[in-house]
Amino acid sequence: MDAATVQFVVISLIKILAIIFAALLPIVSYTVYAERRVSAMIQDRLGPNRVGPQGLLQPIADAVKFLLKEDFTPGHVNKFYYWLAPALAMIPAITMIAVIPFGSTLDLGWLLGPLANATGWELDTSPIPMVIANVDIGVLFIFAVSSLGVYGIVLGGWASNSKYPFLGGVRSSAQMISYELALGLSVVPVFLFMGTLNLSEIVNFQWQNGWLVLPLWGDGVGSLQRWLLTIPMLISFVIFTVAIFAETNRLPFDLPESETELVGGYHTEYSSMKFALYFLGEYAAMITGSAAIVTLFLGGWSLPGVPSGDSGFFWGVINILTFFIKLVALLFLFIWVRWSLPRFRYDQLMKLGWVWFFEIALINIIVTAVILALPIS
Amino acid sequence: MAITVPRPNLTIAEKLYLPAIVKGLFITFGHFFNSLRGKTKVTMQYPEQKWDSHLPEYYRGAPTLVKDEHDRERCVACQLCEFICPPRAIRIVPGELPEESKWAKVEKYPDEFDIDMIRCIYCGLCEEVCPEQAIFLRKDYAITGLTREDMVHDKEKLYELGGVKEGLVFKWNKLK
Repeated sequence: MDAATVQFVVISLIKILAIIFAALLPIVSYTVYAERRVSAMIQDRLGPNRVGPQGLLQPIADAVKFLLKEDFTPGHVNKFYYWLAPALAMIPAITMIAVIPFGSTLDLGWLLGPLANATGWELDTSPIPMVIANVDIGVLFIFAVSSLGVYGIVLGGWASNSKYPFLGGVRSSAQMISYELALGLSVVPVFLFMGTLNLSEIVNFQWQNGWLVLPLWGDGVGSLQRWLLTIPMLISFVIFTVAIFAETNRLPFDLPESETELVGGYHTEYSSMKFALYFLGEYAAMITGSAAIVTLFLGGWSLPGVPSGDSGFFWGVINILTFFIKLVALLFLFIWVRWSLPRFRYDQLMKLGWVWFFEIALINIIVTAVILALPIS
Repeated sequence: MAITVPRPNLTIAEKLYLPAIVKGLFITFGHFFNSLRGKTKVTMQYPEQKWDSHLPEYYRGAPTLVKDEHDRERCVACQLCEFICPPRAIRIVPGELPEESKWAKVEKYPDEFDIDMIRCIYCGLCEEVCPEQAIFLRKDYAITGLTREDMVHDKEKLYELGGVKEGLVFKWNKLK
């Protein structure tokens, strides 16, 4: 292995560890906390405020509780799949983050240059792109991996050998299939316009030409085509967001879980850390889903007037912070919607998926194509 | 006869469902925002904040025994409270007062007086039935213990909680 490969591997590893353990998992645990606090405030309560100042240490207490609880495996379950399923729920959610550009670039020349001089290693000191895997099929990867999440739920429901988890699993698979179509079709207009599936390039384009749903700067402002395209893009945005809600089993689409009818849904028979894996997997999926929404429609790490990380280390950090602030705002939307809307009935859910979103997404593609074909600029 | 309930005629806005969603989101956000500003009245934070000063005079808390102004046990061990107590929480072992006692004409006193606070239902019948006005329901409501034995209030504990009540009954009082 030459020096460049070694550097690539080491930096990728650092990025993976940082994004998983310093960003994703803390955000997951504090989303759970935020969920409880925000829901409490919406319902005129206070929520957990005992552990630490304002209850900020609550996630740690919860983690300790989950780890110390008895990991009980009921006697009537299919042991292998019962153990496998929670992991299958967690893995896709975490894997999805690999292709999300969570920042522009980070100029570490001030650190790597002296390091190279001191040790004699041949280090590449150019700015490091803040994405774990800069692949050209980024969005396809997200679709492929995010739909794998249903296996954890279906297997968990089936392996539990109990009627409520089974119903939850069946509902989950039906729901996933119904919304996968709308999810996939709703982003086709984005690709028609962008001509690329690479998420980093999509964000770069939005940084220069204005966000897809808000072309307020760069080349976007003067372009009639861009303003016309805003309509299908907004429709895409809404459908994609709703489909992500359904994909991550959030209310109003939490039919697989539906506590009021199915006890706990697919995880009724699970306890302790295996339950926690389901729970965290759901929130991790929510976070990666929001990250996808931010990246595709809300300009990722870009802010109008803010330069990318190529202009210096400081701007790189600002870009990363921008991305996470947008992410947190979307997570708030997830929580807010959950505590405002009641759950859809099964037939309403199917009708919404197959009759409305599927058709609207199809028409939306045609409208986008027509706008792109019009002889306007 | 079957009654046909007509389906409501929904307007387009109602059929679209989206305006209702937005309206609902605004309502919940209003609640969230008011909570954030501290405008919402929320649950009392119990151990730190208490409602004690607002408890009414007739509040029925833990039953207690009281002494009179001469430091005499008011209870004469008639056992009426023990008989009336619906959950049988009270247990009295009567004792006889010795001849030389200052209050010898009272004749009896409770040698042991236990109230099982796990059983007690705070009904106040003991207070109502007591001819000597010796047992009162005070305002103590946070009766806790780590064992079942802790939850049985003995005579000492009952007097500690009850304290002294002056006046009320004068029939044993020489100054009458």
